[in-house]
Amino acid sequence: MVTIINYGSGNVRAIANIYERLRIEHSIASRPEDFKDTTKIILPGVGAFDETMSMLNNSGFVDILTESVILKKTPVLGICVGMQILAESSEEGELKGLGWIGGQVKKIDKNNITNKPKIPHLGWNSVKIKNDSQILQGINEEEGFYFVHSYYFECTDEKNCMTESFYGEHFTSSVKKDNIIGVQFHPEKSHQNGITLLKNFAEFQYA
Amino acid sequence: MLAKRIIPCLDIKDGRTVKGINFENIRDAGDPVELGALYARQGADELVFLDITATNEKRKTLSELVNRISHHINIPFTVGGGIASVDDVNVLLQNGADKISVNTAAFKRPELLKELAGEFGSQCVVLAIDTRMEDDGEWYVYLNGGRVRTETKCLDWAQQAVALGAGEILLTSMNHDGTKKGFALDITGTLASLLPVPVIASGGGGNMEHFAEVFAEGKADAALAASIFHFKEVGIPELKTYLSEKGINVRI
Repeated sequence: MVTIINYGSGNVRAIANIYERLRIEHSIASRPEDFKDTTKIILPGVGAFDETMSMLNNSGFVDILTESVILKKTPVLGICVGMQILAESSEEGELKGLGWIGGQVKKIDKNNITNKPKIPHLGWNSVKIKNDSQILQGINEEEGFYFVHSYYFECTDEKNCMTESFYGEHFTSSVKKDNIIGVQFHPEKSHQNGITLLKNFAEFQYA
Repeated sequence: MLAKRIIPCLDIKDGRTVKGINFENIRDAGDPVELGALYARQGADELVFLDITATNEKRKTLSELVNRISHHINIPFTVGGGIASVDDVNVLLQNGADKISVNTAAFKRPELLKELAGEFGSQCVVLAIDTRMEDDGEWYVYLNGGRVRTETKCLDWAQQAVALGAGEILLTSMNHDGTKKGFALDITGTLASLLPVPVIASGGGGNMEHFAEVFAEGKADAALAASIFHFKEVGIPELKTYLSEKGINVRI
């Protein structure tokens, strides 16, 4: 059962719609009690880092998430700001992140972007696989994914960088450490690649 | 590399696509969901649904349609037409729209942009501008679907709107719209170079070359068209192959 955490941030419906079409068992958890038969966790997120973090802190989900992800090693997929909060901290805010993957969230450097310094980085961009994983099976790197963000995840350990993308400079566009996965892009809006990635995550086994 | 976006626009009235569209391979071309899904399969990067009914009693039809779109299409889509308040936007986003576009209502009450950006974030606020170049060589803002002229210049309004929170500009040149003679390269280029947000060019796209021009010379971040896609004068897969061969970065 893929459980999508509904703590007030992110497009929960769009993710659920894809699993509905794939006929993959999923549920939307709005309270910690809704965790039932959960074998996979999706942590969405849009908006500012602190706002997202405080919504999560106030949601009552943090304990059960920590228990599932850290103790039971249940695979988790953080999307967009849901990925950024996996880090230890962010330049965007004061609050601590979950700290499940070593790293900091940094602002895209305008001065590095040739031609037009437009932020957010908005639109379709390609990805380059740095550390391959089951999660990326069947992904077309050139076709890429849909992004909307002004900050990016900088991993402490390069091994945790699953893919990188280029916008003025190379940045980490997805991370993975053991059972913990995060993507900066929006698979729920990325057509075939997005469907493939969400399907791979549902089938992902962390041994 | 960030790809240039191709965006088909569907005009909606009472929950149905407006123009007499003739398509094989789909059961009901009048159904915006079927047509939108077809474009997504063909490689459209985003979709715009423009509700031209836009009366209050039809609002419910629109939000139901938006809900249905979000169930079947997983590329980003924008909904526009008659949006005038935070509540209007809230309903559409709740039903799964990724962005909304505002036009006349934002011009009449620019604070609306600030309210929307504050509530939902700039990334989902698209400002649509209809503009026409007059004899004095200046581009003026028009309202109410191009029926009402204002004294405001296009660039001035666009800059003000971005400062208030518009996250993207959908720019339609009335001089070019419907002509199929190419996009307005000058005003598109001016806005795209001076504004810190993406500019979507609209109006005048008639063949594949026009798209190459608006990306290369017009500096547009995205190009929008309606009838040439609906009537299959230009196919999205061929268009993208063509652009790619011209060295323009598109998602294929």
